[in-house]
Amino acid sequence: MTFDLGLILGSLPEVLAAAWVTIVMWLASAAMGAALGFVLALLRRYGGRAAAWPILGFVTVIRGTPFLIQLFLLYYSGPSIGIDLDPTGSGLLSLSIYASAYFCEIFTGGFAAIPRGHVEAAICVGLSRAQIVARILVPEMALLVLPACVNMTILMMKETAVLSIVTVPELTLVITAIGSRTFAFAEALFLLAIAYWVLTEATGRLGRFAEGALARYRLA
Amino acid sequence: MSAAQVAIRARGVGKRFGANQVLADIALEAREGEVTCLIGPSGSGKSTLLRCMAFLERHDEGTIEVFGRPMGFGADAARRPLPEADVAAVRRDLGMVFQQFNLWPHMTALGNVSEALKRVRRLPRREAEGRAMAMLEKVGLGERAAHYPSELSGGQQQRVAIARALAMEPRMVLFDEPTSSLDPELTGEVLTVMRQLAQDGMTMVVVTHEIGFAAQVAQHVVFLDGGRVLLDGRAGEVFRQPWHPRLGQFLQTYLDLGASVLFQG
Ligand SMILES: Nc1ncnc2c1ncn2[C@@H]1O[C@H](COP(=O)(O)OP(=O)(O)OP(=O)(O)O)[C@@H](O)[C@H]1O
Ligand SMILES: [Mg+2]
Repeated sequence: MTFDLGLILGSLPEVLAAAWVTIVMWLASAAMGAALGFVLALLRRYGGRAAAWPILGFVTVIRGTPFLIQLFLLYYSGPSIGIDLDPTGSGLLSLSIYASAYFCEIFTGGFAAIPRGHVEAAICVGLSRAQIVARILVPEMALLVLPACVNMTILMMKETAVLSIVTVPELTLVITAIGSRTFAFAEALFLLAIAYWVLTEATGRLGRFAEGALARYRLA
Repeated sequence: MSAAQVAIRARGVGKRFGANQVLADIALEAREGEVTCLIGPSGSGKSTLLRCMAFLERHDEGTIEVFGRPMGFGADAARRPLPEADVAAVRRDLGMVFQQFNLWPHMTALGNVSEALKRVRRLPRREAEGRAMAMLEKVGLGERAAHYPSELSGGQQQRVAIARALAMEPRMVLFDEPTSSLDPELTGEVLTVMRQLAQDGMTMVVVTHEIGFAAQVAQHVVFLDGGRVLLDGRAGEVFRQPWHPRLGQFLQTYLDLGASVLFQG
């Protein structure tokens, strides 16, 4: 048996379509997860105790259980409580929920890291609570958590592979299928690893570029 | 009205952090148009008292009045907490300058100074930035308007912070050790700005370890020790009493060139 990438290059259009699915699932759920996580973090920190406790519970449960289990629960048990989604829909929703818990934790940490004095200075010049949140806390938090967010986004990209189990036609599902069809398993897995690595590397670079560009907005 | 108006009046002010009685029965008056310096050893409660004046800290007992208006709590025996809007209204008379500058790192110097003019005063952008620019020029930083705090030295950052406080046209400014986190060679530029401000007649309450500054610029000096006012008087009087054992001890610790020059006379 020889290593011959040519065996699977014939299926390139299929691979590209799958890569597109992976990228869409990944970025859409990262965006929704970040948005939901942001709202949760805001409520948890500034929404009083009534909001803080349930959110803490949600974050703890989601972070404390495997994503695969969460996906199964939504996909197989969802219909019994009226959530009947196709594989792509379940994948998108469960991955977004999963990400939101982590993003919530990242943003909460970011808010906590802002020096209290920055808020006191704002109080002393008369900014209102809402203005302080919008003009001081949110931008400062965003700058503080940028590296952690890039990291989380990269982790999520790799987590999309789990969606293959509920038959979302993403990279892992499609490439392993090509592998079984052509008996070129090694080549298929090699290509798969390369594809994820390229996406990871691109995200990492983009993140480092953004950090560099934003460096002047940060203090030490 | 011939006698200067009282800018800040504290009566019976007490403050605890848990079991730690940090301020006890503080009474003092800071007069309009004067510089009042709060001095005292580390941990004596200077910052806490200053923060209570701005109601960044809630005093547990007593009353604090800012230009005749009660701060934080009603002046009657019930000490009912005042609504946030009332506190904010009293705070409008105050500017605050912190030891750690507390500039907002994601805004330029101009942004820091103009922010409240735009959002609180609701001035149009051009006007807010024009006024902010004038304030930055006043503290000698007109050329640094477009710089972010990370691109400024500590002394420059503190001067931006002073400009930010002044831009809101407070009737008085509270300073909490404005030069303590600066390298020695940078304290001078901040003290110069403060001296100028005092000459312009600004009412100031300054917590400082710069005894030289206190001796030269303050009209009124209050010496705190262990959360109590130990000495309170005209600057000349207080500094001619180094025979007071606690003050003598304190001055020996913090004596700098300015003060040693003073005592040579
Ligand atoms: N937020 C807080 N919680 C608990 N204790 C506090 C708090 N802030 C101050 N203290 C305590 O209150 C006392 C007085 O502190 P404060 O900062 O007012 O002193 P200070 O005179 O300003 O000292 P320094 O010259 O070191 O700045 C200290 O014992 C300090 O530990
Ligand atoms: Mg202090």
